[in-house]
Amino acid sequence: MEELQRIANPFGDDKAMDACGLFGAMHLKGETFSGRDIIIAMANMCDRGNGLGGGYAAYGIYPDYAELYAFHLMFEHRRAKEATEAFLEEHFRIAEQGEIPHRPVPGVTDPPLLWRYFAEPRPGTAAPDDFVVERVMDINTRIDGAFVFSSGKNMGVFKGVGHCHDIGNFFCLEDYEGYLWTAHSRFPTNTQGWWGGAHPFCILDWTVVHNGEISSYGINRRFLEMHGYYCTMQTDTEVVAYAVDLLVRRHHLPVELAAKVMAAPLWTQIERMEPEEKKLYTVLRQAYASLLMNGPFTIIVANRDEMIGLGDRVRLRPLVAGVKGDTLYLSSEEAAIRLIEPGLERAWIPKGGEPIIGRLADARVSGQGAALLDQAQGQ
Amino acid sequence: MAQAKLSREDDHVTVDARDVYYRQLNETLRGLVQDGVGHIRLEHVFGQRYIGTNLARPVDIEIDGIPGNDLGAFMDGPRIEVHGNAQDGTGNTMNSGRIVVHGNAGDITAMSMRGGAIFIRGDVGYRTAIHMKEYRDKVPLLVIGGTAQDFFGEYMAGGMVVLLGLDLAAGEFHRASFIGTGMHGGAIYIRGEVQDYQLGKEVGVQGVEGEDRRRLEEAVRSFADHFDLDAAGILAGNFRKLYPKYLRPYGTHYAY
Amino acid sequence: MKSYVLPEFWVDRDDYRCIRCGVCVNQCSYDTHYYDPEDDVVRAREERCTGCQRCAVFCPTNALTIRTHPYEYRPNANWRKENIRDLNRQADTGGVVLTGMGNDKPLRIYWDHLVLNASQVTNPSIDPLREPMELDTFLGAKPDQVDVTCGRVQGSLPPQIHLSTPIMFSAMSYGAVSYQAQLSMMRAAGEYGTLANTGEGGWRRELRVYGASTIVQVASGRFGVDRSYLNEAAMVEIKIGQGAKPGIGGHLPGEKVTPPVAETRMIPVGTDALSPAPQHDIYSIEDLSMLIYALKEATHYEKPVAVKISAVHNAAAIASGIVRAGADVVVLDGIRGGTGAAPKIIRDNVGIPIELALAAVDQRLREEGIRSRASVVVAGGFRNSGDVIKAIALGADAVYIGTPALVAIGCTVCQKCYTGKCPWGITAADPRLGKRINPDIATQRLVNLLRGWSFEIKEMLGGMGINAIESLRGNRLHLRGVGLAEWELEVLGVKGAGR
Repeated sequence: MEELQRIANPFGDDKAMDACGLFGAMHLKGETFSGRDIIIAMANMCDRGNGLGGGYAAYGIYPDYAELYAFHLMFEHRRAKEATEAFLEEHFRIAEQGEIPHRPVPGVTDPPLLWRYFAEPRPGTAAPDDFVVERVMDINTRIDGAFVFSSGKNMGVFKGVGHCHDIGNFFCLEDYEGYLWTAHSRFPTNTQGWWGGAHPFCILDWTVVHNGEISSYGINRRFLEMHGYYCTMQTDTEVVAYAVDLLVRRHHLPVELAAKVMAAPLWTQIERMEPEEKKLYTVLRQAYASLLMNGPFTIIVANRDEMIGLGDRVRLRPLVAGVKGDTLYLSSEEAAIRLIEPGLERAWIPKGGEPIIGRLADARVSGQGAALLDQAQGQ
Repeated sequence: MAQAKLSREDDHVTVDARDVYYRQLNETLRGLVQDGVGHIRLEHVFGQRYIGTNLARPVDIEIDGIPGNDLGAFMDGPRIEVHGNAQDGTGNTMNSGRIVVHGNAGDITAMSMRGGAIFIRGDVGYRTAIHMKEYRDKVPLLVIGGTAQDFFGEYMAGGMVVLLGLDLAAGEFHRASFIGTGMHGGAIYIRGEVQDYQLGKEVGVQGVEGEDRRRLEEAVRSFADHFDLDAAGILAGNFRKLYPKYLRPYGTHYAY
Repeated sequence: MKSYVLPEFWVDRDDYRCIRCGVCVNQCSYDTHYYDPEDDVVRAREERCTGCQRCAVFCPTNALTIRTHPYEYRPNANWRKENIRDLNRQADTGGVVLTGMGNDKPLRIYWDHLVLNASQVTNPSIDPLREPMELDTFLGAKPDQVDVTCGRVQGSLPPQIHLSTPIMFSAMSYGAVSYQAQLSMMRAAGEYGTLANTGEGGWRRELRVYGASTIVQVASGRFGVDRSYLNEAAMVEIKIGQGAKPGIGGHLPGEKVTPPVAETRMIPVGTDALSPAPQHDIYSIEDLSMLIYALKEATHYEKPVAVKISAVHNAAAIASGIVRAGADVVVLDGIRGGTGAAPKIIRDNVGIPIELALAAVDQRLREEGIRSRASVVVAGGFRNSGDVIKAIALGADAVYIGTPALVAIGCTVCQKCYTGKCPWGITAADPRLGKRINPDIATQRLVNLLRGWSFEIKEMLGGMGINAIESLRGNRLHLRGVGLAEWELEVLGVKGAGR
């Protein structure tokens, strides 16, 4: 997509602003389940969006192509599709391709062409992940009318303009089986909404859905630019995704500490810590001061192995966590979880700035909030 | 969206709220209350907002499920009992009536509340009782069985808040930090331990005696009544009262 | 501690004219003047004088001239008197420097760089004295299209509020202004067919007879907000921000919280009435939507709900969000907007001019096709009917005026409202000072102001060949810019004069 910036932020505001409702569900042992319930949960929080964007990330949906990069793409016109396919042919071996299944749904109008490609870089490509990231950037910034929704393995992003549940129905998500789902309903304030601008935002198999508005966006972005990230879409979400990529993939911080960079403890809290811990958090805050995400936000970040829920350090946006058996739920509102899982065992409000992490590897939920589970359940 | 299904027995009405949008549900309730119905049971409530907001008469509403945000916002008179958890904004700017929640309640519970009573059996989220007010004999009451999160009682200008910590383990502290920051009216009674740093700099701490003790006992007894708990056992715990040190916390904040 | 602050005003008393009548001594609520019986002379403590001119107006022999104090430091373009004075006030107290009224800094006033059109030859101008001239304005969401079947309008229509002139009185809360001042504005609004806004400080029971011409405010303090407060008014306004102090809350100082103020706000007497910076149930656009609909539920969808914000950098995007969040009216308050009390550093440095914010918001809402879903009301430094009509041509449905209304009842813009000692009885906490306003006279003066401005607007409309205000609303072809840079013309959406 040429002029991505103009499309994502049509009025040239400081950035594209939006807010929303979000939801995540993950089976910690990797058992898959249909997207049907996720759509129901999002329909329940319909009022949190304004019908100008909704989307889903689903992991584990392409087991037959698990070793291949799954590219979900939108094309505004045939020319874009032809140009992109030529580009993909040049750089990748395409094993399978086809239209992303969808059906007409009232409330979802003028969809772009929606195609998916299962592919791998040509043999001999060093650092295939980096190669994929670069080619995705090429498509997004150079090919007119084309935009990559997602580019990870055994996962995909489905998103568009409309109410979130309508988008889910549009993409027939009840037909997919995944072990990790995240979803987002969008309430943009300064764009009419375009299909690529809906959440989740995706880079490789990392996805981010985000609620709130980050007041520190200006400096977060400039810091990331210094590290080679170019924020083409001018959204908070993009900044969060790049920050996670920088901290976790490139600087090798554990996710827990990356969360503590973005939602740093207050200096008064650091003052009360034991010496080693105090030193750690002091240095983190000093070194990554420009990545403190200040202002209201809740995010759900996911990759093939984990789902992470994180709110800002003074909890200006809602996030509720719930557990039933081996399934971890994260949601803007508890009702949405209980609607699809009436037998929920525990539900709690995580502390601001404390990440809730569900991991496939050890099939458990971590995060301080989890240690303080509320038992009071009412019924 | 479905229409609410009703079944009626004398002045008791049961409403099936499944798949009913909040606006239809609340309109239905308003109609029932106007017809003089005295007791309403709502079943399958999942996130419908503003229940009780448009009602201005005492009526008993029982809720099975999880009501949505702003439960009882601006409410004037109804008595609501929730068999489950409540979400954010419960009792927002509530004027009179009563809300009883058998589970937890979310953020900003009892925000700007100005009258009536709220009893929460479990825990509450962030910024509970923020900017609660009172005037003369109109003193709102909030009793919480569990514990609270940060900014508890922030900006409080009046009202009575009781935090019981019934589910805290031995030696466990309450979770909130910044308790009573900017507090300039009302009183918070806490059972269970808090560390000094958890308190805002505008609150003082004292024992609970005399008239304070009497008010506390009364509040704890009505709390215990709603949840079939032993009031005497609760009252045997160690209580402290947090009070605003200054009527004008920011009196020296400005250069005139 | 000896203060280093020098007096701002010089009390020049002509002893030949002074008859020792004591009027100045009684009129000054700051105790500037005092009678010295030993020397039989009236003296002044000049450091107390605020330059409000109350004594000068009431002196029966015109013996008093109050003027700027002539003291001089060494001239310095950077370290001006004001900077040195504020520094000393802070060194005295360690506090935040307070002020009242709107920004007094020489920011560009765009109204003075916009000029209006008039008809010549090709279409006739209209004489408003003899021909119909409609200023009727309706606030509220308008349907995108009207569904008429068998000659009848189908469906329910969003609530509309009728104004006989597109000028309303801004939010000024009881406690910030005196009872008499608020009463006079509500009465005048009722008499002239427009609206007055209670501000966020509650609404006294005896003023509710003016409900049909009253806007009630719901702000972060939620003072006095209950179901009857919401339902007895014509419109409900959610206040997010104020042009004089974007992004911060308010502290009505304890000395202004007298027993009746305490009763109206429902807080204890003498406590600071704290309005938090944000509304703690609104941290995001979907939260705003939640409060808008909470208020609509509480008022049975019968009242328009307005949302007022300060004009800030991203006002256009925010306004678009507000409209999509369900607001019926968007209110923008610019950087020159007034206040009863604000930190001076905020008032003078935060926000953007209303002209630019209005132009950007109106344009954005049109580009997004949602301009008719909400009315746009603007506030912040309107000085005369010329400013008002230019705002309407830029795209406003109506304006709020605050300072002009106060000036009409005596205010001299001395900027000391926050002391609660207003000698004119306008922002006075002391009920004895409030009684200096005769509500009958003040009401008349306010009605006169509305009448005068409305006549002038009609004259200007007629000159443009327009006889209904809606034909000027957003009609920027009737505006031209003078002395503006290209970017300014572009933001305002007007051509330079001569083009």
